[in-house]
Amino acid sequence: MPPEKLSMANDTNSRLQKFQHLLQYFGLTVVLIGIWQGLYHLGFLNPILLPAPSQIALAFWDLFKSGDLMRHIGISVLRVLEGFGIAAVLGLVLGTAIGLSRTLDRWTDLIIQVVKPIPPIAWIPLAILWFGIGEQSKVYIIFLGAFFPIIINTIDGIRQTDHKFVEVARILAVPRFKFVRQVVLPGALPAIMTGLRVGLMVAWMCVVAAELIAAGSGIGYLIMDARQLSQSDVVIVGMITIGIIGKLMDSLIKRLEIRLIRWKVAFSGN
Amino acid sequence: MSATAASNLTIENLNKCYKVAGGDVDALQGINLDIHEGEFVSIVGSSGCGKSTLLRIISGLENGYSGEVKIGGKRIGGPGLDRGMVFQEHRLIPWLTVEQNVAFGLNGMDNSQRDTVVREHLELVELAGFAKALPHQLSGGMSQRVAIARALVNNPQLLLLDEPFGALDAMTRIQMQQEILRIWEAERTTMVLVTHDIDEAIFLGDRVVIMSSRPGTVKKIVPVHLPRPRDRSSYEFVQIRKEIFSEFFAYVERPFAYAI
Repeated sequence: MPPEKLSMANDTNSRLQKFQHLLQYFGLTVVLIGIWQGLYHLGFLNPILLPAPSQIALAFWDLFKSGDLMRHIGISVLRVLEGFGIAAVLGLVLGTAIGLSRTLDRWTDLIIQVVKPIPPIAWIPLAILWFGIGEQSKVYIIFLGAFFPIIINTIDGIRQTDHKFVEVARILAVPRFKFVRQVVLPGALPAIMTGLRVGLMVAWMCVVAAELIAAGSGIGYLIMDARQLSQSDVVIVGMITIGIIGKLMDSLIKRLEIRLIRWKVAFSGN
Repeated sequence: MSATAASNLTIENLNKCYKVAGGDVDALQGINLDIHEGEFVSIVGSSGCGKSTLLRIISGLENGYSGEVKIGGKRIGGPGLDRGMVFQEHRLIPWLTVEQNVAFGLNGMDNSQRDTVVREHLELVELAGFAKALPHQLSGGMSQRVAIARALVNNPQLLLLDEPFGALDAMTRIQMQQEILRIWEAERTTMVLVTHDIDEAIFLGDRVVIMSSRPGTVKKIVPVHLPRPRDRSSYEFVQIRKEIFSEFFAYVERPFAYAI
């Protein structure tokens, strides 16, 4: 808790500190872009291989103006939401069930452990054979990518239930359903949120990978298409867009996490 | 306590041994103890004497013992609502509010009835104003009071206290001892307190059970026939303390003169 009465000196101090933090947050990125632009002006860069930031900005603006960029982003994000949505529902339900039941865990553990390390990209050939190059194959790849982090973290979170609370519940003869709802699930929430965050990141990487290989739209397609036309500036626009959207998704889910797990934020202090 | 009172808790020839890598370790050996209804019994012993194990067996959390543990003549089989327990750590669930934590043990009640019971118990531990607070907003003593309210909410016949004030600072501990005494006098619940604090044991107990270590046995039972509230510095209190001390430590003769 900050003290109620801040003096004027303190106020300017904290404003200065805020500015300092902003500088630290953006500084390195700005400097690197500056150096990159400088190298271009000094003639060190071949614009076909690595265009200057100014050229990339122009390409970005053109794509944005024509509406192409937003269209591709929209398609990719939609695919992610579909695949991630299915993975989240199945991962949470199955993860909870497996976390609560040792028997179910023994039944499913081997298959989960063996399928988990197969990279979603390795599924692309089969996915194309099964579903063609339409939406379904992409959604399937994204689902596979997001599903495992979500289910594994959910199981772990449930298993981490504090044994001390189990004893309290036994002493008080708390029914199992109530115990799961009031203790196990809220306690697993931090791990579940981690699973969802990782799952969303993997889903976003999977959509781009799937689109790079077989698609007629989406950010990955934009990059592949530009490569064939040797438009390296558009390739980099696509890459940067992927990065920025990934970061935004992560921030969004982090904010959700803070809202949901307020007790923990307060618990872990400043 | 009159002689005709029903014997509430009976422990007969209780043995418990743990399997440790090297072999068996006797945690408890030949424990016999009768605790009457409404009695306050303190159990003291050095750490590792099995006093907490004894309490956990009574609570039903611990199995695999030989001998008999009966409540009202019936053998216990696992935990039951006739016994409440307060642990050394408060064990409040961090994401539930104080009232939700107290209501955690209340099952099969309609909402208004539950709210009434919770309110009564928060009033009993003098925390009525903190119903909506989360555990991390409470001090150690307050958290332990909530834990006591939670343990009493089903009106158990027997309240088991496993070093409940051990983690509190000295001031709060004394406050909490007075508090538990007030609750005991109000509720007349049978209480069994495990502690390593000899003063606490004498201040609270009708009897003080002294346990020895490895194997854990009942070494001696010291009755405390002093009116409550007890004065910790009264002659009788100090005499009882000396008697219990001598069970644990060799008596050291104070030399008459000190050399400087």
